[in-house]
Amino acid sequence: MSTVTATTRAELLRLRRWPTLWVLAGVWTTLQVTFSFAFPYLAYRSGDPDAFQGGPSEQLLASMLPKAVPQILIAGTPVFGGAIVLILGALAAGSGYGWGTWKTVFTQGPGRGSALAGTVVSLALAVAALVAWTLCLDLGLSTVVAVSESRDVVLPGLAETARAAGGTALVMGMWTAAGLFLGTLTRGPALSVGLGLVWTLVVENLLRGAANLLDRLATLTDWLPGSAAGSLAGALGADAEGSDATPGVLTILSGQTAALTTAAYLVAFVVAAVVLVRRRDLT
Amino acid sequence: MNGMTETVVSTDRISKRYGDRTAVDGVTLAVRRGEVYGFLGPNGAGKTTTLRMVLGLVRPTSGSASVLGAAPGSPAALRRTGALVEGPGFYPYLSGRTNLRIMARYRGLPDRAADGALARVDLADRGGDRFRGYSLGMKQRLGVAAALLGSPDLLVLDEPTNGLDPAGMAAMRRLVVDLAAGGQTVLLSSHLLAEVQQICDRVGVIAGGRLIHEGTVDQMRGGAVLRVRGEPASETARVLARATGATPEPALDEDGNPVFDVPAAGLEVPEVTRALVTAGVDVHAVAVRERALEDAFLTMTGVAS
Repeated sequence: MSTVTATTRAELLRLRRWPTLWVLAGVWTTLQVTFSFAFPYLAYRSGDPDAFQGGPSEQLLASMLPKAVPQILIAGTPVFGGAIVLILGALAAGSGYGWGTWKTVFTQGPGRGSALAGTVVSLALAVAALVAWTLCLDLGLSTVVAVSESRDVVLPGLAETARAAGGTALVMGMWTAAGLFLGTLTRGPALSVGLGLVWTLVVENLLRGAANLLDRLATLTDWLPGSAAGSLAGALGADAEGSDATPGVLTILSGQTAALTTAAYLVAFVVAAVVLVRRRDLT
Repeated sequence: MNGMTETVVSTDRISKRYGDRTAVDGVTLAVRRGEVYGFLGPNGAGKTTTLRMVLGLVRPTSGSASVLGAAPGSPAALRRTGALVEGPGFYPYLSGRTNLRIMARYRGLPDRAADGALARVDLADRGGDRFRGYSLGMKQRLGVAAALLGSPDLLVLDEPTNGLDPAGMAAMRRLVVDLAAGGQTVLLSSHLLAEVQQICDRVGVIAGGRLIHEGTVDQMRGGAVLRVRGEPASETARVLARATGATPEPALDEDGNPVFDVPAAGLEVPEVTRALVTAGVDVHAVAVRERALEDAFLTMTGVAS
């Protein structure tokens, strides 16, 4: 058994029994159900076009049907889903410093890089499972909506769905890696979660606002992690503007550029975390 | 004592500085295969920092070290080392058994290795309880169990009896002695000098970041002394000088009485007593006294008893 396989087995055992993981998955599921289906459906049933985001009823219904699942899947990831998995990554890495478990793990002999690799692979598997679960959930709920409204169940194209799932995994993976990096950098859960949330929910938006006043700043904000993630969501069909617009969805970068930038951030965050773990003293 | 000459842990003038503060200053020590090595020092002397450097958790600012022939912190060294440093660190939401299974997996061991380690520290019946519900002593024992996973050649235990009740401390002493009897090398730090005196073959004393003594427990304690209280003191001193070949220095015992402490080696209590009586000395007490490790430690580290 390779060292990384052993460390991944160890991390998977502790992650799957970690209540935090299930609480965060539950929060994400609740957000998906509430904002992608429950509220829009209630608004649609109320017959008031201004009841939810002000869109026409038919457009509102179409956004909940199976054909729209790829867009539903990725729309919430740049901000809300990203924030949730950022917390997951930050806690997965940062809590180990507070509990002293990194110290115990590192003295078991797998090597620091291999130990962190186990965490990275386990988190990647957790994110992949979360995306798969969300896809199933969205398909199920959208089918229920279609059937209950006597509409044909028209499934989205396989390629389109795969692209959306891949993009969702990439965005979620990037934010998880960002959390992992912050948890490692700050050597604790609280500060890393706080910094991560302030960045994703506040700072990037403020910078983009300021960039409207300063052109030079725009060249920077266009390449921020949130900009790349939002642009990827926009390129994969999530609405960036109009009545169905989802917070965080952007059209700044092209789809390919956004995907490459998001992937680059993912790799950079992981590499930075590994470098920090390997080089720093554990006191 | 076969194999006792092979060095398992060696440090060569290792130092660790944090800014202007020097935590460890040029420590050179050697732990031999199969021995129980006690690492002693007052709080803040640099014991834990030294142990962390031995385990590769902290990098030395200067100097070098070798653990089981490999670099400290390398997988080659850590695979054969078990450690408990500065308190046990485990996932609080998991049971003791699951925590050990996770650590066993990190070592590439099967899950069942956890059960054996739990039994070694008498935690088998509480292995299913969550770590956060453990008492301090149980947490400490779980930390030792994690160190025992895979029967490592070297055990590094930092204050292993912290939080243990007297029965737990006695069990821990037996465990360390058993481990050494089984050929494992133990490097332990402790504040409990009576405990160190009982179980350690050699000791290293660190104070102010510097190793100020390394040797056997007997060497550190020095030889036994013969304490004599007789009157008149001048005649008592004369008799003892004849017996030992050196003029004894007067001292006061715990009750403030004038006494003489002379090296007991080569002296027989009946002969000394007879000589004193023959010289007309009123003999109040003649006794051989073993010097406690604690006395030697306090003298070395300059801490008043």
